Amino acid sequence: MVLPFLVVALNAVKSPAEYSANGPLSLPEGIHLDGLRDFWQRVDFGQKLFNSALISGSVAVLAALLSVLNAYAIGIGRVRGRPWVLAFFVLANMLPQEALVYPVYYLSKQVGLYDTRLSVIIVFTVIQSAFGTYLLSSVLGAFPKEVIEAARIDGANKWQVLWRVVVPVSRPTLGVLLVFFFIWTWNEFLLPLVMLISNDNQTVSVALGVLQGQRLMDATMTNAAALLGVLPAFCFFLIFQRTLTRGIAMGAVK
Amino acid sequence: MSTHSPGAPRLPGRSPHRREYPYALFLLPGALAFLAVIVVPFLMNTGISLTHWQGVGSPKWAGLDNYRALLDDSAFWESFRHSLAMVVAMAVLPTALGLVLAAALFDYIAKHIGSRTASVLRACFYLPQVLPIAVAGIVWSWILAPEGGALNEALNAVGLGSLRHDWLGDPDFALYSVMAVMVWVQLGFPLVVFMAGLQRADPSLHEAAELDGASWWRRFWHVTLPQIRPEISVVLLWCTIAALKVFGAVYVLTKGGPGGATNVPSYFSFQSFFEKTQVGYGSAVSTALTVIILALALVALRLQTRAEDQ
Repeated sequence: MVLPFLVVALNAVKSPAEYSANGPLSLPEGIHLDGLRDFWQRVDFGQKLFNSALISGSVAVLAALLSVLNAYAIGIGRVRGRPWVLAFFVLANMLPQEALVYPVYYLSKQVGLYDTRLSVIIVFTVIQSAFGTYLLSSVLGAFPKEVIEAARIDGANKWQVLWRVVVPVSRPTLGVLLVFFFIWTWNEFLLPLVMLISNDNQTVSVALGVLQGQRLMDATMTNAAALLGVLPAFCFFLIFQRTLTRGIAMGAVK
Repeated sequence: MSTHSPGAPRLPGRSPHRREYPYALFLLPGALAFLAVIVVPFLMNTGISLTHWQGVGSPKWAGLDNYRALLDDSAFWESFRHSLAMVVAMAVLPTALGLVLAAALFDYIAKHIGSRTASVLRACFYLPQVLPIAVAGIVWSWILAPEGGALNEALNAVGLGSLRHDWLGDPDFALYSVMAVMVWVQLGFPLVVFMAGLQRADPSLHEAAELDGASWWRRFWHVTLPQIRPEISVVLLWCTIAALKVFGAVYVLTKGGPGGATNVPSYFSFQSFFEKTQVGYGSAVSTALTVIILALALVALRLQTRAEDQ
Protein backbone atom coordinates (compact mmCIF):
# COMPACT_ATOMS: atom_id res chain seq x y z
CA MET A 1 0.00 0.00 0.00
CA VAL A 2 2.80 2.41 0.82
CA LEU A 3 5.18 1.00 -1.79
CA PRO A 4 4.04 3.42 -4.52
CA PHE A 5 4.82 6.35 -2.20
CA LEU A 6 8.31 5.03 -1.52
CA VAL A 7 9.04 4.58 -5.21
CA VAL A 8 7.78 8.10 -5.88
CA ALA A 9 9.93 9.57 -3.11
CA LEU A 10 12.99 7.79 -4.46
CA ASN A 11 12.50 9.12 -7.95
CA ALA A 12 11.59 12.63 -6.94
CA VAL A 13 15.15 13.21 -5.75
CA LYS A 14 16.91 11.86 -8.86
CA SER A 15 18.27 14.03 -11.62
CA PRO A 16 16.70 13.51 -15.06
CA ALA A 17 20.01 12.14 -16.35
CA GLU A 18 20.21 9.63 -13.54
CA TYR A 19 16.61 8.62 -14.10
CA SER A 20 17.10 7.94 -17.78
CA ALA A 21 20.37 6.09 -17.15
CA ASN A 22 19.30 3.84 -14.28
CA GLY A 23 15.51 3.69 -14.60
CA PRO A 24 12.89 4.11 -11.87
CA LEU A 25 13.92 1.22 -9.65
CA SER A 26 17.49 2.14 -8.76
CA LEU A 27 18.35 3.85 -5.51
CA PRO A 28 19.19 7.54 -5.95
CA GLU A 29 22.91 8.29 -6.03
CA GLY A 30 22.45 11.51 -4.14
CA ILE A 31 19.75 13.96 -3.19
CA HIS A 32 18.94 16.10 -6.18
CA LEU A 33 16.28 18.68 -5.45
CA ASP A 34 16.11 20.48 -8.81
CA GLY A 35 13.01 18.58 -9.87
CA LEU A 36 11.18 19.62 -6.72
CA ARG A 37 12.32 23.22 -7.06
CA ASP A 38 11.47 23.44 -10.75
CA PHE A 39 8.03 22.05 -10.17
CA TRP A 40 7.41 24.30 -7.16
CA GLN A 41 8.24 27.40 -9.20
CA ARG A 42 6.51 26.24 -12.34
CA VAL A 43 3.11 25.85 -10.72
CA ASP A 44 3.66 28.43 -7.95
CA PHE A 45 3.03 25.64 -5.48
CA GLY A 46 3.11 27.93 -2.43
CA GLN A 47 0.10 29.79 -3.80
CA LYS A 48 -1.75 26.52 -4.44
CA LEU A 49 -1.05 25.37 -0.90
CA PHE A 50 -2.33 28.66 0.41
CA ASN A 51 -5.50 28.40 -1.70
CA SER A 52 -6.16 24.84 -0.60
CA ALA A 53 -5.59 25.72 3.05
CA LEU A 54 -7.76 28.82 2.83
CA ILE A 55 -10.63 27.03 1.10
CA SER A 56 -10.49 23.85 3.21
CA GLY A 57 -10.06 25.74 6.47
CA SER A 58 -12.95 28.10 5.80
CA VAL A 59 -15.19 25.26 4.70
CA ALA A 60 -14.33 23.19 7.78
CA VAL A 61 -15.21 26.01 10.19
CA LEU A 62 -18.29 27.27 8.35
CA ALA A 63 -19.68 23.81 7.68
CA ALA A 64 -19.20 22.78 11.31
CA LEU A 65 -21.04 25.94 12.35
CA LEU A 66 -23.92 25.28 9.98
CA SER A 67 -24.06 21.63 11.08
CA VAL A 68 -24.30 22.64 14.73
CA LEU A 69 -27.18 25.02 14.05
CA ASN A 70 -29.07 22.42 12.01
CA ALA A 71 -28.37 19.57 14.40
CA TYR A 72 -29.42 21.69 17.40
CA ALA A 73 -32.86 22.17 15.89
CA ILE A 74 -33.15 18.55 14.82
CA GLY A 75 -31.44 16.61 17.63
CA ILE A 76 -32.37 18.73 20.63
CA GLY A 77 -35.22 20.88 19.38
CA ARG A 78 -36.90 17.80 17.86
CA VAL A 79 -38.53 19.95 15.17
CA ARG A 80 -41.55 18.51 13.44
CA GLY A 81 -40.87 16.26 10.45
CA ARG A 82 -37.43 15.46 11.82
CA PRO A 83 -36.87 12.19 9.87
CA TRP A 84 -37.72 13.98 6.61
CA VAL A 85 -35.41 16.87 7.32
CA LEU A 86 -32.63 14.40 8.12
CA ALA A 87 -33.30 12.35 5.00
CA PHE A 88 -33.12 15.54 2.98
CA PHE A 89 -29.68 16.36 4.34
CA VAL A 90 -28.31 12.88 3.66
CA LEU A 91 -29.64 12.86 0.12
CA ALA A 92 -28.17 16.31 -0.45
CA ASN A 93 -24.81 14.94 0.62
CA MET A 94 -25.11 11.87 -1.64
CA LEU A 95 -26.16 13.85 -4.70
CA PRO A 96 -23.57 13.47 -7.46
CA GLN A 97 -21.91 16.82 -8.02
CA GLU A 98 -22.46 16.39 -11.75
CA ALA A 99 -26.12 17.13 -11.11
CA LEU A 100 -25.21 20.53 -9.63
CA VAL A 101 -22.10 21.52 -11.50
CA TYR A 102 -23.52 23.18 -14.58
CA PRO A 103 -26.16 25.30 -12.81
CA VAL A 104 -23.60 26.25 -10.14
CA TYR A 105 -21.15 27.22 -12.90
CA TYR A 106 -23.85 29.20 -14.73
CA LEU A 107 -25.33 30.91 -11.65
CA SER A 108 -21.93 31.86 -10.26
CA LYS A 109 -21.14 33.56 -13.57
CA GLN A 110 -24.40 35.48 -13.30
CA VAL A 111 -23.63 36.78 -9.81
CA GLY A 112 -19.93 37.41 -10.45
CA LEU A 113 -18.61 34.63 -8.23
CA TYR A 114 -17.14 32.50 -11.03
CA ASP A 115 -13.42 31.78 -10.59
CA THR A 116 -13.40 32.99 -6.99
CA ARG A 117 -12.34 30.92 -4.01
CA LEU A 118 -15.48 32.19 -2.25
CA SER A 119 -17.73 30.32 -4.71
CA VAL A 120 -16.06 27.00 -3.88
CA ILE A 121 -16.15 27.78 -0.16
CA ILE A 122 -19.91 28.42 -0.28
CA VAL A 123 -20.73 25.27 -2.23
CA PHE A 124 -18.61 22.93 -0.12
CA THR A 125 -19.78 24.50 3.14
CA VAL A 126 -23.28 23.43 2.21
CA ILE A 127 -22.35 19.98 0.89
CA GLN A 128 -20.16 19.11 3.89
CA SER A 129 -22.64 20.46 6.41
CA ALA A 130 -25.20 18.02 5.05
CA PHE A 131 -23.10 15.17 6.37
CA GLY A 132 -22.29 17.07 9.56
CA THR A 133 -25.96 17.69 10.23
CA TYR A 134 -26.72 14.01 9.86
CA LEU A 135 -23.94 12.88 12.17
CA LEU A 136 -24.36 15.59 14.82
CA SER A 137 -28.14 15.20 14.92
CA SER A 138 -27.86 11.62 16.04
CA VAL A 139 -25.20 12.55 18.60
CA LEU A 140 -27.32 15.42 19.95
CA GLY A 141 -30.43 13.25 19.88
CA ALA A 142 -28.83 11.30 22.73
CA PHE A 143 -27.84 14.46 24.64
CA PRO A 144 -28.92 14.21 28.30
CA LYS A 145 -32.13 16.20 28.66
CA GLU A 146 -31.49 17.04 32.32
CA VAL A 147 -28.41 19.08 31.44
CA ILE A 148 -30.38 21.25 29.06
CA GLU A 149 -33.31 21.62 31.39
CA ALA A 150 -31.00 22.61 34.23
CA ALA A 151 -29.49 25.35 32.09
CA ARG A 152 -32.94 26.53 31.06
CA ILE A 153 -34.13 26.74 34.65
CA ASP A 154 -31.06 28.85 35.37
CA GLY A 155 -32.48 31.28 32.86
CA ALA A 156 -30.38 30.54 29.77
CA ASN A 157 -32.15 31.06 26.47
CA LYS A 158 -31.81 28.63 23.55
CA TRP A 159 -28.92 30.52 22.01
CA GLN A 160 -26.99 30.46 25.28
CA VAL A 161 -27.73 26.78 25.85
CA LEU A 162 -26.32 26.05 22.40
CA TRP A 163 -23.04 27.88 22.94
CA ARG A 164 -22.43 27.31 26.62
CA VAL A 165 -23.71 23.75 27.01
CA VAL A 166 -24.20 21.86 23.76
CA VAL A 167 -21.13 23.01 21.81
CA PRO A 168 -18.61 22.47 24.63
CA VAL A 169 -19.99 19.03 25.40
CA SER A 170 -19.98 17.99 21.70
CA ARG A 171 -16.39 19.05 21.19
CA PRO A 172 -15.07 15.55 20.33
CA THR A 173 -17.61 15.09 17.55
CA LEU A 174 -16.98 18.60 16.29
CA GLY A 175 -13.28 17.83 16.16
CA VAL A 176 -13.93 14.81 13.98
CA LEU A 177 -16.13 16.89 11.69
CA LEU A 178 -13.53 19.65 11.34
CA VAL A 179 -10.84 17.16 10.36
CA PHE A 180 -13.04 15.36 7.86
CA PHE A 181 -14.40 18.52 6.28
CA PHE A 182 -10.89 19.86 5.90
CA ILE A 183 -9.50 16.73 4.24
CA TRP A 184 -12.53 16.09 2.04
CA THR A 185 -12.49 19.65 0.78
CA TRP A 186 -8.73 19.50 0.23
CA ASN A 187 -9.23 16.41 -1.95
CA GLU A 188 -12.22 17.64 -3.96
CA PHE A 189 -11.66 17.69 -7.67
CA LEU A 190 -14.64 18.21 -9.99
CA LEU A 191 -16.11 21.48 -8.70
CA PRO A 192 -12.76 23.23 -8.14
CA LEU A 193 -11.71 22.06 -11.61
CA VAL A 194 -14.74 23.72 -13.14
CA MET A 195 -14.90 26.79 -10.92
CA LEU A 196 -11.26 27.78 -10.41
CA ILE A 197 -9.72 28.35 -13.81
CA SER A 198 -7.17 31.06 -13.10
CA ASN A 199 -3.77 30.03 -11.79
CA ASP A 200 -4.02 32.28 -8.75
CA ASN A 201 -7.13 30.56 -7.43
CA GLN A 202 -6.42 26.90 -8.12
CA THR A 203 -6.06 24.33 -5.38
CA VAL A 204 -3.31 21.73 -5.09
CA SER A 205 -5.57 18.98 -6.42
CA VAL A 206 -6.68 20.93 -9.46
CA ALA A 207 -3.20 22.21 -10.30
CA LEU A 208 -1.77 18.67 -10.18
CA GLY A 209 -4.70 17.11 -12.01
CA VAL A 210 -4.62 19.65 -14.83
CA LEU A 211 -0.85 19.33 -15.30
CA GLN A 212 -1.17 15.57 -15.36
CA GLY A 213 -3.88 15.82 -18.00
CA GLN A 214 -1.58 17.85 -20.23
CA ARG A 215 1.30 15.37 -19.81
CA LEU A 216 3.91 18.10 -20.16
CA MET A 217 6.25 16.89 -17.45
CA ASP A 218 9.25 14.61 -17.57
CA ALA A 219 9.44 11.64 -15.23
CA THR A 220 11.42 13.28 -12.44
CA MET A 221 9.18 16.32 -12.41
CA THR A 222 6.13 14.06 -12.34
CA ASN A 223 7.55 12.37 -9.29
CA ALA A 224 8.39 15.70 -7.71
CA ALA A 225 4.79 16.80 -8.30
CA ALA A 226 3.46 13.58 -6.83
CA LEU A 227 5.70 13.88 -3.79
CA LEU A 228 4.65 17.48 -3.14
CA GLY A 229 1.02 16.45 -3.52
CA VAL A 230 1.40 13.52 -1.15
CA LEU A 231 3.24 15.39 1.60
CA PRO A 232 0.40 17.59 2.92
CA ALA A 233 -2.00 14.63 2.94
CA PHE A 234 0.62 12.57 4.71
CA CYS A 235 1.04 15.25 7.38
CA PHE A 236 -2.70 15.47 8.01
CA PHE A 237 -2.73 11.74 8.25
CA LEU A 238 0.02 11.57 10.84
CA ILE A 239 -1.54 14.34 12.90
CA PHE A 240 -5.13 13.17 12.73
CA GLN A 241 -4.82 9.41 12.46
CA ARG A 242 -6.80 8.72 15.62
CA THR A 243 -9.50 11.22 14.81
CA LEU A 244 -9.82 9.78 11.33
CA THR A 245 -10.29 6.18 12.34
CA ARG A 246 -12.68 7.18 15.12
CA GLY A 247 -14.62 9.33 12.69
CA ILE A 248 -14.99 6.63 10.08
CA ALA A 249 -16.37 4.16 12.52
CA MET A 250 -18.71 6.86 13.82
CA GLY A 251 -19.91 7.86 10.37
CA ALA A 252 -20.49 4.33 9.21
CA VAL A 253 -22.41 2.90 12.10
CA LYS A 254 -23.83 5.94 13.85
CA MET B 1 -41.50 22.92 19.44
CA SER B 2 -42.27 25.01 22.48
CA THR B 3 -40.74 24.02 25.75
CA HIS B 4 -44.18 23.06 27.08
CA SER B 5 -46.05 20.09 25.78
CA PRO B 6 -49.22 21.29 24.07
CA GLY B 7 -51.72 20.06 26.65
CA ALA B 8 -49.82 21.11 29.75
CA PRO B 9 -51.19 24.13 31.58
CA ARG B 10 -48.79 27.05 31.83
CA LEU B 11 -48.00 27.96 35.37
CA PRO B 12 -48.35 31.69 35.86
CA GLY B 13 -45.06 33.43 36.54
CA ARG B 14 -43.02 30.36 35.64
CA SER B 15 -42.52 31.00 31.99
CA PRO B 16 -39.31 32.93 31.47
CA HIS B 17 -38.96 31.70 27.87
CA ARG B 18 -42.44 32.66 26.76
CA ARG B 19 -41.50 34.90 23.86
CA GLU B 20 -38.51 32.87 22.78
CA TYR B 21 -37.96 31.90 19.16
CA PRO B 22 -38.77 28.30 18.20
CA TYR B 23 -36.03 25.74 17.53
CA ALA B 24 -36.99 25.68 13.86
CA LEU B 25 -35.44 29.13 13.54
CA PHE B 26 -32.01 27.53 13.94
CA LEU B 27 -32.65 25.70 10.67
CA LEU B 28 -33.12 28.94 8.77
CA PRO B 29 -29.49 29.64 7.70
CA GLY B 30 -29.06 26.03 6.68
CA ALA B 31 -32.33 25.97 4.79
CA LEU B 32 -31.52 29.12 2.82
CA ALA B 33 -28.03 27.91 1.99
CA PHE B 34 -29.35 24.54 0.85
CA LEU B 35 -31.98 26.21 -1.26
CA ALA B 36 -29.37 28.29 -3.07
CA VAL B 37 -26.63 25.69 -3.47
CA ILE B 38 -28.47 22.36 -3.76
CA VAL B 39 -32.19 22.64 -4.41
CA VAL B 40 -32.24 25.39 -7.06
CA PRO B 41 -29.25 24.05 -9.04
CA PHE B 42 -30.63 20.52 -8.87
CA LEU B 43 -34.05 21.62 -10.16
CA MET B 44 -32.34 23.71 -12.85
CA ASN B 45 -30.31 20.68 -13.90
CA THR B 46 -33.46 18.60 -14.20
CA GLY B 47 -35.12 21.41 -16.15
CA ILE B 48 -32.13 21.78 -18.50
CA SER B 49 -32.25 18.04 -19.18
CA LEU B 50 -35.61 18.64 -20.89
CA THR B 51 -34.09 21.15 -23.34
CA HIS B 52 -31.59 21.42 -26.13
CA TRP B 53 -29.04 23.96 -24.95
CA GLN B 54 -25.44 24.74 -25.75
CA GLY B 55 -24.84 26.85 -22.67
CA VAL B 56 -25.30 30.11 -24.56
CA GLY B 57 -28.46 31.59 -26.08
CA SER B 58 -31.84 30.43 -24.93
CA PRO B 59 -32.62 26.76 -24.34
CA LYS B 60 -35.07 25.05 -26.71
CA TRP B 61 -37.71 22.80 -25.18
CA ALA B 62 -37.03 19.17 -26.03
CA GLY B 63 -39.30 17.20 -23.74
CA LEU B 64 -37.87 13.74 -23.29
CA ASP B 65 -35.72 13.87 -26.44
CA ASN B 66 -32.45 13.81 -24.53
CA TYR B 67 -33.50 10.78 -22.54
CA ARG B 68 -34.65 8.99 -25.68
CA ALA B 69 -31.32 9.78 -27.33
CA LEU B 70 -29.60 8.45 -24.24
CA LEU B 71 -31.28 5.07 -24.56
CA ASP B 72 -29.92 4.75 -28.10
CA ASP B 73 -26.46 6.05 -27.32
CA SER B 74 -24.05 3.11 -27.23
CA ALA B 75 -21.30 5.34 -25.77
CA PHE B 76 -23.55 6.07 -22.79
CA TRP B 77 -24.38 2.40 -22.24
CA GLU B 78 -20.73 1.55 -22.46
CA SER B 79 -19.93 4.16 -19.81
CA PHE B 80 -22.68 2.68 -17.71
CA ARG B 81 -21.21 -0.81 -18.03
CA HIS B 82 -17.92 0.64 -16.82
CA SER B 83 -19.79 1.90 -13.78
CA LEU B 84 -20.57 -1.69 -12.93
CA ALA B 85 -16.88 -2.51 -13.28
CA MET B 86 -16.19 0.35 -10.85
CA VAL B 87 -18.72 -1.11 -8.42
CA VAL B 88 -16.74 -4.35 -8.51
CA ALA B 89 -13.46 -2.48 -8.05
CA MET B 90 -14.60 0.02 -5.43
CA ALA B 91 -17.28 -1.87 -3.48
CA VAL B 92 -17.26 -5.64 -4.00
CA LEU B 93 -13.52 -6.35 -4.00
CA PRO B 94 -12.57 -3.88 -1.25
CA THR B 95 -15.37 -5.22 0.96
CA ALA B 96 -14.32 -8.83 0.43
CA LEU B 97 -10.61 -8.12 0.83
CA GLY B 98 -11.31 -5.71 3.69
CA LEU B 99 -13.18 -8.44 5.57
CA VAL B 100 -10.38 -10.96 5.30
CA LEU B 101 -7.73 -8.36 6.13
CA ALA B 102 -9.70 -6.95 9.06
CA ALA B 103 -10.19 -10.41 10.51
CA ALA B 104 -6.54 -11.28 9.96
CA LEU B 105 -5.32 -8.05 11.56
CA PHE B 106 -7.79 -8.31 14.40
CA ASP B 107 -7.53 -11.88 15.51
CA TYR B 108 -4.18 -12.96 14.18
CA ILE B 109 -1.71 -10.09 13.96
CA ALA B 110 -3.07 -8.17 16.95
CA LYS B 111 -3.01 -11.29 19.13
CA HIS B 112 0.18 -12.97 17.99
CA ILE B 113 2.37 -10.07 16.94
CA GLY B 114 0.99 -7.09 18.80
CA SER B 115 -1.81 -4.59 18.54
CA ARG B 116 0.67 -1.86 17.66
CA THR B 117 1.68 -3.69 14.47
CA ALA B 118 -1.99 -4.19 13.65
CA SER B 119 -2.77 -0.49 13.92
CA VAL B 120 0.30 0.52 11.92
CA LEU B 121 -0.79 -1.87 9.15
CA ARG B 122 -4.31 -0.52 9.33
CA ALA B 123 -2.91 2.99 8.95
CA CYS B 124 -0.90 1.94 5.89
CA PHE B 125 -3.99 0.53 4.22
CA TYR B 126 -5.93 3.65 5.06
CA LEU B 127 -3.37 6.13 3.77
CA PRO B 128 -4.56 6.19 0.13
CA GLN B 129 -7.98 7.30 1.39
CA VAL B 130 -6.68 10.65 2.63
CA LEU B 131 -4.80 11.35 -0.58
CA PRO B 132 -6.30 13.69 -3.17
CA ILE B 133 -7.41 11.45 -6.01
CA ALA B 134 -5.54 13.73 -8.41
CA VAL B 135 -2.29 12.89 -6.62
CA ALA B 136 -3.05 9.17 -6.57
CA GLY B 137 -3.70 9.52 -10.30
CA ILE B 138 -0.29 11.09 -10.92
CA VAL B 139 1.46 8.42 -8.91
CA TRP B 140 -0.26 5.59 -10.73
CA SER B 141 -0.15 6.94 -14.24
CA TRP B 142 3.60 7.21 -13.84
CA ILE B 143 3.88 3.70 -12.39
CA LEU B 144 1.75 2.29 -15.21
CA ALA B 145 3.44 4.31 -17.98
CA PRO B 146 4.53 2.23 -21.00
CA GLU B 147 8.05 3.69 -21.26
CA GLY B 148 10.05 4.01 -18.06
CA GLY B 149 7.06 3.23 -15.86
CA ALA B 150 7.91 1.53 -12.59
CA LEU B 151 5.69 -1.51 -13.17
CA ASN B 152 7.13 -2.37 -16.58
CA GLU B 153 10.65 -1.81 -15.30
CA ALA B 154 9.95 -4.07 -12.35
CA LEU B 155 8.62 -6.78 -14.67
CA ASN B 156 11.78 -6.48 -16.74
CA ALA B 157 13.95 -6.69 -13.67
CA VAL B 158 12.46 -9.99 -12.54
CA GLY B 159 12.61 -11.49 -16.02
CA LEU B 160 8.92 -11.14 -16.85
CA GLY B 161 9.56 -8.56 -19.55
CA SER B 162 7.13 -10.35 -21.85
CA LEU B 163 4.28 -9.15 -19.63
CA ARG B 164 5.11 -5.47 -20.28
CA HIS B 165 2.11 -3.45 -21.33
CA ASP B 166 0.83 -0.01 -22.04
CA TRP B 167 -1.40 -0.48 -19.01
CA LEU B 168 -3.50 2.64 -19.39
CA GLY B 169 -3.17 3.11 -23.14
CA ASP B 170 -4.26 -0.30 -24.36
CA PRO B 171 -8.07 -0.45 -24.74
CA ASP B 172 -8.07 -4.09 -23.65
CA PHE B 173 -6.22 -3.36 -20.43
CA ALA B 174 -7.09 0.21 -19.44
CA LEU B 175 -10.29 -0.61 -17.57
CA TYR B 176 -8.61 -3.36 -15.53
CA SER B 177 -5.73 -1.04 -14.71
CA VAL B 178 -8.10 1.67 -13.48
CA MET B 179 -9.98 -0.96 -11.48
CA ALA B 180 -6.77 -2.13 -9.82
CA VAL B 181 -5.88 1.42 -8.83
CA MET B 182 -9.37 1.93 -7.37
CA VAL B 183 -9.06 -1.21 -5.24
CA TRP B 184 -5.84 0.26 -3.87
CA VAL B 185 -7.53 3.60 -3.20
CA GLN B 186 -10.65 2.17 -1.62
CA LEU B 187 -9.49 -0.78 0.48
CA GLY B 188 -8.71 1.22 3.64
CA PHE B 189 -12.28 2.37 4.22
CA PRO B 190 -13.94 -1.05 4.69
CA LEU B 191 -10.90 -2.24 6.61
CA VAL B 192 -11.18 0.53 9.20
CA VAL B 193 -14.94 0.17 9.55
CA PHE B 194 -14.75 -3.60 9.93
CA MET B 195 -11.99 -3.40 12.50
CA ALA B 196 -14.07 -0.96 14.52
CA GLY B 197 -17.01 -3.35 14.19
CA LEU B 198 -14.95 -6.29 15.40
CA GLN B 199 -13.96 -4.33 18.47
CA ARG B 200 -17.52 -4.07 19.67
CA ALA B 201 -18.16 -7.77 18.99
CA ASP B 202 -18.08 -10.23 21.88
CA PRO B 203 -14.66 -11.96 22.06
CA SER B 204 -15.96 -14.93 24.07
CA LEU B 205 -17.77 -16.36 21.03
CA HIS B 206 -14.51 -16.45 19.18
CA GLU B 207 -12.64 -18.04 22.02
CA ALA B 208 -15.33 -20.69 22.42
CA ALA B 209 -15.10 -21.56 18.73
CA GLU B 210 -11.33 -21.71 18.97
CA LEU B 211 -11.55 -24.10 21.93
CA ASP B 212 -13.97 -26.25 19.97
CA GLY B 213 -11.23 -26.60 17.39
CA ALA B 214 -12.82 -24.58 14.60
CA SER B 215 -10.34 -23.61 11.89
CA TRP B 216 -9.55 -19.97 11.16
CA TRP B 217 -11.77 -19.98 8.06
CA ARG B 218 -14.67 -21.59 9.89
CA ARG B 219 -14.41 -19.04 12.68
CA PHE B 220 -14.20 -16.24 10.14
CA TRP B 221 -17.27 -17.53 8.33
CA HIS B 222 -19.47 -18.50 11.27
CA VAL B 223 -18.41 -16.10 14.01
CA THR B 224 -16.80 -12.98 12.57
CA LEU B 225 -19.03 -12.42 9.56
CA PRO B 226 -22.43 -12.63 11.30
CA GLN B 227 -21.22 -10.21 13.98
CA ILE B 228 -20.42 -7.40 11.59
CA ARG B 229 -23.20 -7.95 9.08
CA PRO B 230 -24.66 -4.44 9.63
CA GLU B 231 -21.28 -2.89 8.83
CA ILE B 232 -20.92 -5.02 5.73
CA SER B 233 -24.18 -3.92 4.16
CA VAL B 234 -23.62 -0.26 4.99
CA VAL B 235 -20.07 -0.30 3.62
CA LEU B 236 -21.15 -2.11 0.45
CA LEU B 237 -23.83 0.47 -0.24
CA TRP B 238 -21.76 3.57 0.54
CA CYS B 239 -18.91 2.21 -1.60
CA THR B 240 -21.30 1.42 -4.44
CA ILE B 241 -22.51 5.00 -4.37
CA ALA B 242 -18.93 6.27 -4.37
CA ALA B 243 -18.19 3.98 -7.32
CA LEU B 244 -21.10 5.37 -9.34
CA LYS B 245 -19.86 8.91 -8.67
CA VAL B 246 -16.21 8.29 -9.56
CA PHE B 247 -14.82 11.17 -11.61
CA GLY B 248 -11.40 12.41 -10.51
CA ALA B 249 -9.63 9.07 -10.97
CA VAL B 250 -10.88 8.70 -14.53
CA TYR B 251 -10.04 12.32 -15.34
CA VAL B 252 -6.45 12.01 -14.15
CA LEU B 253 -5.68 8.45 -15.21
CA THR B 254 -7.23 8.12 -18.65
CA LYS B 255 -9.69 10.93 -19.45
CA GLY B 256 -12.14 8.17 -20.30
CA GLY B 257 -9.88 6.79 -23.02
CA PRO B 258 -8.48 5.13 -24.95
CA GLY B 259 -11.49 5.42 -27.23
CA GLY B 260 -14.00 5.49 -24.38
CA ALA B 261 -12.61 2.25 -22.89
CA THR B 262 -12.73 3.71 -19.36
CA ASN B 263 -15.47 6.32 -19.68
CA VAL B 264 -17.98 6.50 -16.83
CA PRO B 265 -21.29 8.41 -16.64
CA SER B 266 -19.93 11.22 -14.49
CA TYR B 267 -17.08 11.86 -16.90
CA PHE B 268 -19.47 11.43 -19.81
CA SER B 269 -21.69 14.21 -18.44
CA PHE B 270 -18.63 16.41 -17.77
CA GLN B 271 -17.60 15.97 -21.41
CA SER B 272 -21.10 16.82 -22.60
CA PHE B 273 -21.16 19.99 -20.46
CA PHE B 274 -17.73 21.44 -21.02
CA GLU B 275 -16.19 19.80 -24.10
CA LYS B 276 -19.09 19.13 -26.45
CA THR B 277 -21.33 21.95 -25.09
CA GLN B 278 -24.34 19.64 -25.20
CA VAL B 279 -25.58 20.94 -21.87
CA GLY B 280 -29.09 19.51 -22.16
CA TYR B 281 -27.73 16.07 -22.94
CA GLY B 282 -25.17 16.21 -20.13
CA SER B 283 -27.94 17.20 -17.72
CA ALA B 284 -29.98 14.19 -18.79
CA VAL B 285 -27.00 11.91 -18.06
CA SER B 286 -26.42 13.46 -14.64
CA THR B 287 -30.13 13.35 -13.81
CA ALA B 288 -30.30 9.65 -14.69
CA LEU B 289 -27.22 9.03 -12.55
CA THR B 290 -28.76 11.00 -9.68
CA VAL B 291 -31.94 8.93 -9.72
CA ILE B 292 -29.94 5.71 -9.41
CA ILE B 293 -27.69 7.07 -6.67
CA LEU B 294 -30.51 8.54 -4.60
CA ALA B 295 -32.45 5.27 -4.81
CA LEU B 296 -29.39 3.43 -3.48
CA ALA B 297 -28.85 6.10 -0.82
CA LEU B 298 -32.42 5.57 0.41
CA VAL B 299 -31.78 1.83 0.75
CA ALA B 300 -28.52 2.56 2.59
CA LEU B 301 -30.33 4.89 4.98
CA ARG B 302 -32.92 2.24 5.79
CA LEU B 303 -30.23 -0.35 6.42
CA GLN B 304 -28.35 2.08 8.58
CA THR B 305 -31.31 2.97 10.78
CA ARG B 306 -32.04 -0.73 11.12
CA ALA B 307 -28.42 -1.36 12.18
CA GLU B 308 -28.74 1.39 14.77
CA ASP B 309 -31.89 -0.11 16.22
CA GLN B 310 -30.19 -3.43 16.82
